[in-house]
Amino acid sequence: MITIIKKMIGGVPVPDKKELSEKSPVGFAGIPDELVLFVSQHIGASPVPLVKPKDTVKRGQIIAEPQGFVSAALHAPTSGVIKAIEPRFHPVQARMCEAIILEPDGRHEPVEELSPVASDLDSISPEKIRAVAEQSGIVGLGGACFPTSVKLTPPEDKHIDTYLLNGSECEPYLTADHRVMLEQADKVIFGLKALMKASGVERGIVCIEDNKPDAIEAMKQAMSRYDGLELAVLSTRYPRGGEKQLTQAVLGREVPPPPGLPYDVGVLVSNVGTAYALAEAILTGLPLVERVVTVTGEGVAKPSNFKALIGTPVSYLIEKAGGFSGTPGKVIMGGPMMGCAIKSLDVPIVKGTGGILVLTKEQAAQEPILPCIKCGKCIDACPLGLQPLWISAYAERGFMEEAESFRAMDCMECGCCAYICPAKRPLVQWIRMAKSEITSRRKARRQS
Amino acid sequence: MGDRLLVTPSPHVKSTKTVQGIMLDVVIALCPAAIAGTVLFGFRSALIILVSVASAVASEALYQKAVKRQVSINDFSAVITGLLLALTLPPHVPLWIPAIGAAFAIVLVKQVFGGLGNNFLNPALAARAFLLAAWPLHMTQDWVNPMTYDAATSATPLAGFNATGQTAFTLKQMLLGQRPGSIGETCILALLLGGLYLIVRDIIDYRIPLGYLGTLAIGTWIFGKPGAFFQGDPLGAIFLGGAFIGAFFMATDYVTSPVTPRGRLYMGIGCGLITLVIRLWGGYPEGVTYAILFMNLVTPLIDKYVVPRYYGSGHDKMARKGGR
Repeated sequence: MITIIKKMIGGVPVPDKKELSEKSPVGFAGIPDELVLFVSQHIGASPVPLVKPKDTVKRGQIIAEPQGFVSAALHAPTSGVIKAIEPRFHPVQARMCEAIILEPDGRHEPVEELSPVASDLDSISPEKIRAVAEQSGIVGLGGACFPTSVKLTPPEDKHIDTYLLNGSECEPYLTADHRVMLEQADKVIFGLKALMKASGVERGIVCIEDNKPDAIEAMKQAMSRYDGLELAVLSTRYPRGGEKQLTQAVLGREVPPPPGLPYDVGVLVSNVGTAYALAEAILTGLPLVERVVTVTGEGVAKPSNFKALIGTPVSYLIEKAGGFSGTPGKVIMGGPMMGCAIKSLDVPIVKGTGGILVLTKEQAAQEPILPCIKCGKCIDACPLGLQPLWISAYAERGFMEEAESFRAMDCMECGCCAYICPAKRPLVQWIRMAKSEITSRRKARRQS
Repeated sequence: MGDRLLVTPSPHVKSTKTVQGIMLDVVIALCPAAIAGTVLFGFRSALIILVSVASAVASEALYQKAVKRQVSINDFSAVITGLLLALTLPPHVPLWIPAIGAAFAIVLVKQVFGGLGNNFLNPALAARAFLLAAWPLHMTQDWVNPMTYDAATSATPLAGFNATGQTAFTLKQMLLGQRPGSIGETCILALLLGGLYLIVRDIIDYRIPLGYLGTLAIGTWIFGKPGAFFQGDPLGAIFLGGAFIGAFFMATDYVTSPVTPRGRLYMGIGCGLITLVIRLWGGYPEGVTYAILFMNLVTPLIDKYVVPRYYGSGHDKMARKGGR
């Protein structure tokens, strides 16, 4: 069954710029001189390192084991020697974090026990799938990095009836998910069926934006081999692929405001990259040690999609994409709407990195910030029905209670408001500030 | 690498929409009405427009220089204020009227409250109200007959229309603007052209003009003819006075109108109702200026109570009712 969905609340039509890299097949980026593996690659408790400096490791060998319920394992992406375990600058968290430094030996030798878990889904139990997800260190690759094994174990009182496979990839420029769907459709669908089996869900819906017709075709083919899968083709509009937006557009259900999650309305959402990683783990035994990364933007010479080892330095990937074209203005980990600008190229990619975007100096030029003219465009653009102009105005003046009463905490920082603002006001920045201030005040109140 | 990379918070791309571009679009949208006014009422109209715009821009620059703020005349907002004020003036006013009016609009209505984005009244309309109170004879008697350019003895046709519920002007005359009136208010076709341009370019919300003109037309149809119901002339009501220019270009001013779609509809309806009441039962033949100014004052209240529906609010409502 195919549903075509055009309706969307809010959002903005951002030029998608996918043409830069969408035709580039995924190639192996190669093995850099050094891999920097942050011990904590995900939301939740940090795993405990199992290796020490001078240890030799092999590809796929576990190097940090999970502790606590919300945690994920970490594995060596290639064979080599552990050089150090030391704090390194984490580009997304913007602070020093413990990292395992691996010096590859270039042999790319897999660990002996690496072998397929199962070749089909009938021969593997839901418990086993969840265990594979956990042992393989699989986390949500859409960017949130929530451990998949935990997602597959929702609280008892939640009745889950639908699994949404998110292939919208609504962030402009990025084409990693696109290429994965196009080149690995069978494995992605296998991964979805595995996710569904593990969570006991009967209904699965593949959601793709209509700017990827070739991926839609490939996925349709792959889906036809299974019963009970549906396809939702959605009009291209940012932030189509936000899990709240997807749940609303595809199923007509609204997730409760934070801390509400899709499972509160019977839905689980996973990214196509996650499904692919799970399929790889089941079919080949390879844990999550590499991922597809789009290196793109007007600032790189040859925009490309790579399969890159986790921990590969950004500088290495940009080099592989032909280097800079001209002087770079800004380098972003992730997409242009929600990605994180980095000040140094000497940082590694993490499990959640779907793209490296290089903007030219002209593109990165800052425009002057003008006073708010109350045009209301940010209200029309907000997919959550918020009023960014008031929240940011209160936040700017330090009125945090007012900002909270205007539902600052609901904001998911998608960036639509700041994108559309004709006065170029940094609305998201102020709302983010309000959120962190409100959070710390709540904490203080709880403690007193 | 000698050059440093820029690090700023997301989002890293911005739309091409700018304040300057929006204001320029409004200026473009007002051009047909300004040209029509000059053709209909003579070269003097162009002079009034020129003086008004020049005074607005000069006052903004001088005031900002005087208080050591950054001069922001290149955002075109002062041009709009000058243009709008001129278009609402009778074609025969002495030239010092637009000069004083535009300076009043910029300095006392806009800049002293903080400049662009911070004024609570529409500057052009507040200045017009001031001129009306200060020099009532010029503001209500300096009319000109269209195309002949001789002084009109009659007041605006609206006074007679309000008293009798009918007008001698044909639909064609009304659409082309062939009647005495303010420089920019008479040519409905020119205003419609500009208004539609702004709607198509997504600059203004159609709800304000629709709510305004719809309410005024329906209200006049019901109550417009003395001694009878449902026999008023709805077209005369929206074509013969300043309602058209007000609905498309004044009530839609971002800063002084509500920010939500629903709030804007209420703004339009409110303007329509107040205009209707002033015209039919008040002392003035025209009510557009005061209707919009009053609704400007109500705008913060509308913004406070008319808020968009937030995502997931259904769950909160259910929780309040005690379900789940």
